[in-house]
Amino acid sequence: MYTAEFDYKKVSSVADALAALKAHPDAKLLAGGHSLIPTMKLRLASPSALIDVSSIPGLKGIRLEGDVIVIGAMTTHRDIEHSSLLKDKCPILPEQAALIGDPMVRNKGTIGGSLAHADPAADYPASMLALGAKMKIESSSGARVVTADDFFVGMFQTAVAEGEMLTEIHIPANTKSSAYEKFAHPASRYAIVGVAVVKHADGTTRAALTGAGASAVRLPKLEAGSISSLVSAADLLSDNFASAEYRAHLVDVMAKKALARV
Amino acid sequence: MAEKMFGKALKRVEDPRFITGTGNYTDDIAVHGMVHAAMVRSPYPHAKIKSIDSSAALALPGVIAILTGKDLVGAGINPIPTGWLLPDLKISAHHAIQPEEVNHVGDIVAAIIAETRAIAEDAVALVDVDYDVLESVSLGSTALAAGAVQVHPEAPGNLAFDWTIGDAAATDAEFAKADKIVKLELRNHRLVPNAIEPRASLAEYKRAGDEYTLHTTSQNPHIHRVMIGAFVMGIPEHKLRIVSPDVGGGFGSKIFQYPEEVIVLFAAKKVNRPVKWTARRSESFVSDAHGRDHETVAEAAVMNDGTLLALRVNTIANLGAYLTTFAPAVPTYLYGTLLNGTYKWKAIHAHVRGVYTNTVGVDAYRGAGRPEATYVVERIVSTVARELGMDPVDIRRKNFIQPSEFPYQTPVALQYDSGNYEPAMDMALEKLGYKALRAKQAEMRKQGKYIGIGVCTYLEACGLAPSALVGSLGAQAGQWESALVRVAATGVVEVLTGSHSHGQGHETAFAQVVADELQVPVEHVVLVHGDTARLPHGWGSYGSRSAPVGLSAITMACRKITDKAKKIAAHLLEASVEDMEHVDGKYQVKGVPERSKSFFEVALMAHLAHNYPADLEPGLEATHFYDPKNFVYPFGTHLAVVEVDADTGRTKLIRYVCVDDCGPIVNPLIVEGQVHGGVAQGMGQALLENTVYDASGQLVSGSYLEYTMPRADDMVQLEIGHTVTPSPHNPLGLKGIGEAGTIASTAAVANAVIDALEPFGVRHMDMPFTSEKVWQVIHASQLAQAADD
Repeated sequence: MYTAEFDYKKVSSVADALAALKAHPDAKLLAGGHSLIPTMKLRLASPSALIDVSSIPGLKGIRLEGDVIVIGAMTTHRDIEHSSLLKDKCPILPEQAALIGDPMVRNKGTIGGSLAHADPAADYPASMLALGAKMKIESSSGARVVTADDFFVGMFQTAVAEGEMLTEIHIPANTKSSAYEKFAHPASRYAIVGVAVVKHADGTTRAALTGAGASAVRLPKLEAGSISSLVSAADLLSDNFASAEYRAHLVDVMAKKALARV
Repeated sequence: MAEKMFGKALKRVEDPRFITGTGNYTDDIAVHGMVHAAMVRSPYPHAKIKSIDSSAALALPGVIAILTGKDLVGAGINPIPTGWLLPDLKISAHHAIQPEEVNHVGDIVAAIIAETRAIAEDAVALVDVDYDVLESVSLGSTALAAGAVQVHPEAPGNLAFDWTIGDAAATDAEFAKADKIVKLELRNHRLVPNAIEPRASLAEYKRAGDEYTLHTTSQNPHIHRVMIGAFVMGIPEHKLRIVSPDVGGGFGSKIFQYPEEVIVLFAAKKVNRPVKWTARRSESFVSDAHGRDHETVAEAAVMNDGTLLALRVNTIANLGAYLTTFAPAVPTYLYGTLLNGTYKWKAIHAHVRGVYTNTVGVDAYRGAGRPEATYVVERIVSTVARELGMDPVDIRRKNFIQPSEFPYQTPVALQYDSGNYEPAMDMALEKLGYKALRAKQAEMRKQGKYIGIGVCTYLEACGLAPSALVGSLGAQAGQWESALVRVAATGVVEVLTGSHSHGQGHETAFAQVVADELQVPVEHVVLVHGDTARLPHGWGSYGSRSAPVGLSAITMACRKITDKAKKIAAHLLEASVEDMEHVDGKYQVKGVPERSKSFFEVALMAHLAHNYPADLEPGLEATHFYDPKNFVYPFGTHLAVVEVDADTGRTKLIRYVCVDDCGPIVNPLIVEGQVHGGVAQGMGQALLENTVYDASGQLVSGSYLEYTMPRADDMVQLEIGHTVTPSPHNPLGLKGIGEAGTIASTAAVANAVIDALEPFGVRHMDMPFTSEKVWQVIHASQLAQAADD
């Protein structure tokens, strides 16, 4: 299906993007477009304008600043998958990126777009929580930093408010070992259950779950050393392919697999 | 001697254009002044149309016209007929646009014609349809139950037909003698065909001459012409040209004459502009005829030594909301007749009830009836083996029809012309290393790892079909095929065939046969298909008929060319025709190569006719209409190996061996390609694909986020073999291969999964074996085990 009519504006700075957002309150930011455009084609979304932020200089790239890895929001899944910096300091992200969609999606899709979209079955939210990542959110009134724990608010909902834009992801470069185990839907290849476990240099272990519920969550029981009945089926989604009971079981199975690797 | 092309693995000549995006598909065609159609479809499975307010849509700039069912009925457009009539068949009118009532989600209630596709799609949302929503029913057995929602008033109790085949009394008698009766309840679930190219149609109307041209995604343009011209719109055949250019996959779904084709033709005349419609993928899900959807109870009467006595089958076939083109034939003559399989059943009786529901129409889908039959037979034979403590291979070997017993008359009407089942099975077992793998399986089970081996020794009837026979069974069409072979003055050979290629590779394989027959270079042979204005009448491609029927027609036409060419050459060489031979691409006096004429010299003289036999017509072309004497009966053994992860239930194919006998092979690459695609589709049904209507009649698996198409990483490298048993009744001994992979693989994979789950006490479970379903049975078994311990 064709999208409804919309205006298109390509911007070359964060300031311009934020100004455009102010001018078009009904607009959407366009990054890789691999979630937004299909939604628009199905006419589930009909924004009046798209503000294309994919080419803003400085929003793309991965760099080390002291003991923090900074990932620009417009960094593609492919760049994450192949980053030697990440493979060395934060291997869970390249591991996850390789599991996202197909090459076309990975070439176009961006980490910022994915995180801001907050699909409950996306992969990155689990690692963001397990890594203790922070999100830099900018607006015309300045920048603020939100922890991953506060970022994922609900299904397709994040801490990014109207008029704001996610610009960077900050990750402590303190991974000792990590693993991501994904049970993918055979059709969409999105996570039915994805469990990320990260052991940090300070000796703590953080674990998180994506796919099974309305949004990604930490797995406190696993972090406390338990390996069974990690989540309650009552808190999980249920659909034609996987019931809540099955998802709850898969969380235990995937967690066990991930733990065996860290 | 020119190199023989038959049997050579030539790369397909059509592939460069397909792979580089230079094909000519219907949606690639744009003509001057073209406008676009978009359909307003029912969001409800069953509803009365109270009123349609198109005023807001019509007011949208660029909208040219909005058509409703009343417009079409008012203009004398008839409903779309079904092409196969059974006795006492209850038919409900299938209008291109429903004027009063919608009967499935996706049923068309109005059509927008607009300057651009985007405007047409915008306008769809502006059409205000007031529905009176009715109760609906989507499962066949529910529709048959007392007090069920009535889909159509013409079919009381939703029963479209009630059909039987076989001798009920003889079957009962065998059951009375049996040591054991094995019963299975099986659901062969519904599939969405998913050709890679969505359906598309482009209609043009010329006022001068009152002529129509329809480019459309058809497997059989002549069938479309007959149905639209003679039945639906009343257009004389010579004023309706149907062209199906490159077509990206059909699998049966493009056999049928669809509403949108009528709508664009009607609209093209009404707005006096060419009108194009191309399906969105989400429209394909709710408008392309679906496949399968049987609920079956099968019982086998057997002796304790494994002898199969009789089979009793009771099937409810869900036909959907309307009878599409071949719908009544698929669960009857293409299903009941195949229930004998490769075995010596003494009696078989099948009872099939075709049922209307508020779902998309169900019709032929790759294999069409034969996969459903094979699934019943091969599941029950494997279940019998399990319950008698026999190896599934041994029970098959014991009951196979023997080579000396052909022609073999089955209890369900078919007479098999040839077959030799054991060598194919033995070759497959050898390739798999069956015995060693069984030992390994037992060993793995001890370690908590579960693999399963599935056996399917299939047979199919294809090469549709002897016309008189199918006519006597209700077909409203002939099923012969035509060929016109035309040699140009330059020696180029144009082959016009009624067969249609929508991915099969006819341009390559057919040219190979013609090159051999006429002894010309293969690149001098050009295939023409898919255009009613250029071809003699033909019946298209489905039911694995292109090689056994279409290529037989071409072969016979080539032989007429050779006979005539010999006469021309004999005249030029002043020799008698009886002394002529056709060798090395030349027509020569027997044993005297220096007295010869080349193909080119003969072709040129046929056109010039300067020095020419007095009693011979000029020109060098021949037409042949070939009506097959029987079906052809490919067979083979497929062995699937699956691995089940007991922790998650995820079930994966890990090996697949297939040995098929499709007779002599024209092009091994193309045959293997057909087997690969067919096996992927059958495996897809067993493990992945699922069409789900929810309780409210909505198709919840209507996108690729939900509907799991098999992908490359779901498949394994097939281990392929062939045996060759020619068909005795067509000129080249050819049998079809287009559907065999699908027919065999669903049952092979299903048998493998059930075999893998044997340690968990699973006797049968229905497809698709998605991970939660498999995990649930494992989990239940483990809980029961724990309770016992």
